[in-house]
Amino acid sequence: MDFSEYSIETLRSRLSNGEARARFVVESSLDSAEKLNETLNAFLQIDRAGALARADEIDSSKNLRNAPLAGVPVAIKDNICVRGLQASCGSRILGPYHPPYSATAIERLQKAGAVIIGKTNCDEFAMGSSNENSAFGAVKNPWDTARVPGGSSGGSAAAVAAGIVPAALGSETGGSVRQPASLCGIVGFKPTYGRISRYGLVAFASSLDQIGIFGRKVSDIASVLGIVAGRDTHDATTADVPVPDYVGELAGDIKGARIGFPRELFGEGLDDEVRAAVLKTIEAYRELGAEIVEVELPHAKYCIAVYYIIATAEASSNLARYDGVRYGFRAEEAKDLKHMYRATRDEGFGAEVKRRIMLGTYVLSSGYYDAYYRKAQQVRTLIKHDFLRAFETCDAVLTPTTPTTAFLIGEKTDDPLAMYLNDIYTCTANLAGIPGINVPCALSSEGLPIGFQLLGAHWSEPTLFRLADAYERAHPFEARPRVHVASASE
Amino acid sequence: MKNGWETIIGLEIHAQLSTESKIFCGCSTRFGDEPNSNTCPVCLGLPGALPVLNRRAVELGARAALALGLHINERSVFARKNYFYPDLPKGYQISQYDQPFSERGELEIMTAERDEAGHARVWKPKVVQITRLHLEEDAGKNVHEGLPDVDRYSYVDLNRAGTPLAEIVTEPDFRSSWEAYDYVNHVRRALQWVGASEADMEKGNLRCEANVSVRKIGDTNFGTKVELKNLNSVRFMQHAIEYEIERQINALESGGRVVQETRLWDERAGETRIMRSKEEAHDYRYFPEPDLPPLVVTRDFIEGVRATMPELPEARRRRFMDQYALSYSDASQLTSERSLADYYERAAEAARNARAAANWIRTDLLRELEASGTPVEKCPIPPEEIGALIRLIEEGKISGKQGKDVLSEMFRTGKPAAKIVEEQGMVQVSDAGAIDPIIDEIISANPKQVEQFRAGKESLFGFFVGQVMKASQGKANPKVVNERLKEKLKV
Ligand SMILES: [Zn+2]
Repeated sequence: MDFSEYSIETLRSRLSNGEARARFVVESSLDSAEKLNETLNAFLQIDRAGALARADEIDSSKNLRNAPLAGVPVAIKDNICVRGLQASCGSRILGPYHPPYSATAIERLQKAGAVIIGKTNCDEFAMGSSNENSAFGAVKNPWDTARVPGGSSGGSAAAVAAGIVPAALGSETGGSVRQPASLCGIVGFKPTYGRISRYGLVAFASSLDQIGIFGRKVSDIASVLGIVAGRDTHDATTADVPVPDYVGELAGDIKGARIGFPRELFGEGLDDEVRAAVLKTIEAYRELGAEIVEVELPHAKYCIAVYYIIATAEASSNLARYDGVRYGFRAEEAKDLKHMYRATRDEGFGAEVKRRIMLGTYVLSSGYYDAYYRKAQQVRTLIKHDFLRAFETCDAVLTPTTPTTAFLIGEKTDDPLAMYLNDIYTCTANLAGIPGINVPCALSSEGLPIGFQLLGAHWSEPTLFRLADAYERAHPFEARPRVHVASASE
Repeated sequence: MKNGWETIIGLEIHAQLSTESKIFCGCSTRFGDEPNSNTCPVCLGLPGALPVLNRRAVELGARAALALGLHINERSVFARKNYFYPDLPKGYQISQYDQPFSERGELEIMTAERDEAGHARVWKPKVVQITRLHLEEDAGKNVHEGLPDVDRYSYVDLNRAGTPLAEIVTEPDFRSSWEAYDYVNHVRRALQWVGASEADMEKGNLRCEANVSVRKIGDTNFGTKVELKNLNSVRFMQHAIEYEIERQINALESGGRVVQETRLWDERAGETRIMRSKEEAHDYRYFPEPDLPPLVVTRDFIEGVRATMPELPEARRRRFMDQYALSYSDASQLTSERSLADYYERAAEAARNARAAANWIRTDLLRELEASGTPVEKCPIPPEEIGALIRLIEEGKISGKQGKDVLSEMFRTGKPAAKIVEEQGMVQVSDAGAIDPIIDEIISANPKQVEQFRAGKESLFGFFVGQVMKASQGKANPKVVNERLKEKLKV
């Protein structure tokens, strides 16, 4: 039996009516993870023993078997803490670090019966848009292994795209879920800031970071979000906003919904094929009965500059704890304290992480704070207000997710600025704290996936899902990548 | 002040707030536990862990702020202070920066010039401007002694990391080391008084840093300031400031200059030593802590805290002076600790004589407490019994002299005054019918002295009183003895 095409809902019904056992589902997932990892390098750790033990537990307990995600295999980005597994964050500096506690989102997933099959590869400390910044090698795009899967949550994206798991967790700071989802042809979602607890998510830039979800279907995202969302007493930035029944709110009619069209985001820098494909989705929405309204986001063009100031400033502080004193890697033969700090961080961090720590340290330095950090925060507020104004006239804003389809491994590694431009459509949502979702919509002439994104107002996830789901039903994205469970088992 | 120089001093106090658990996690703040036993992912700074503010620390911070006359901001912001040190697990300290918890305090303290021996001459009031009181977390501590291989390794104990602190910063308002000394003592007492902090410098739950500079009297610009650290007691602080003033004046008078730097006080050597220069000073790169939303306290919360505040020491001293007609020094001494002031008021009420209660507590009771090292809270004599003792004296049942013995006995045994008086047969004799025979006996036993007295040597009167009191075993009422003696010695 091949589960790789099943939505979580279908898989759950097969499991609960006894057509399949958790052990069988989890074992096939582990088998494909191990087999495809040779090609994809998507997993940094595969937990066969732990996952099988958990699957057996589920099979033998009636209570557990009825849990909402019982027996569903999932993959977790390696910057989210799972007790018993590693958390390398794609970095050498964390060495063989094993966290003694699990992230709140993980505890909620496990309580709901989901089975974690492994930890996925990512850009070091989630800093990157191609996964080439992992200390453990780049992840390959299942559509074309010469190409990047996007980043930073590239391993999770590749695992879902290749059919290894129906859903995976990643994390977003500037687009690290939506962008790889777009390049891998799957659904990727970043929630409203404060919707999912960050407790146990290793911090990159705290005011932007959110755990995000990958799935093949919008409904899969809705299933997982319903489990992991909600107030957490361990994270003071989670909001006390009720968690609706996201799945129950799907499949609605979208007649009369208003889709915002920001014309200025379809101009220069956008690949022609991507533009054409995304403009077509606007027509698709019109056909589904939605009203298209033009909106303006005048400050969106500053988002990359603002993002790279705020994110690096926070990162420079968040990454100070990797000093070789308490855990992780420590440089050998240090002569004194200062030398130990320097050598540990010099040998432990990769080039991109160092670049960002230096940038962030600079923008917070006395004499520069006002010109950079404070100014960036002010522009961040303007960007947020742009969106709030737009949402007065529409229910969601539709834009491309990425300027191009997946690029070649090595193509942009020498040009950090070109690499940073990958976040141009995504990082506004992180700056504004609003939710966003990537939905695959077409294949390019080279056979590479193209996605569009919908951005909604704070806490508008149900609306966003309903709109994305309506498109998905009308225009199912049925193409499958070359590296895929189905083709591998043929 | 020395040769036309003026001293400018500003102080920073770090007071540990008396919470059960740490400021951003649930770990215990208990002192002296096994190293690193009171830790968790949050206070160890493990990847992914997040701080959550302890409401109790906010309440105690509010008590401290109100006790020092500060204005509490309804909205304040936590900030990260970034620097590397092994006892700082996250590589930054969560503190507050440009939007602190409370600001703009005006605190009236009493301060005195001292003589050579350090005795206060005249106490006078002084208003100190307190810039701010903000909330922050403490760091852990490095351990360099008593462990294997300490010549090659340092050890880190993070039990203290995350302990809540209130940092209290003054304007450069002090003009002498003694003013600084009196201020720190005032703050200590105030924090203890409202239960915000144990404020014990020896235990390290109150720490002090001083910024010291000197300038010629008449100059309007400040001199270069030097920061003094390692001031482990109020006395040490006073010594260090005194030394530093002299060092700076000597440097300037001999044509040198004062360098902006941080210096450590070495009490044993009696000198300050350079710790780091201005060039080595950190750029802390403060920025708002993104893991914590702004701290919002409502007016209701502040008023709620205010409603549970005890009467503050200065106000209570003033009330003692007005209500009980006590002198400044009596009232000050009795309000030096909240427990003593409470004790006094209960005793005064029971005695129905406030001044007598003040005298008995200040002299006899405090002597007993001090000699035995007993804190007021553990005094074996309930305050009502001090009142009972005073009433026995006032009613003439026992003499004042007897009273002193009774108090000692009460302190030793914890028995009520009346019981001791009864057990020891200490009842005072005021009946002339009982005293007259004793007087007659003394007169007939000392014919020579009687003759001299009657011849005009009046100084002998005291001799007769003494003899009568002795013969009565101290039980005779001295007032009655006086009257009857005068009568019987008349020619
Ligand atoms: Zn803790």
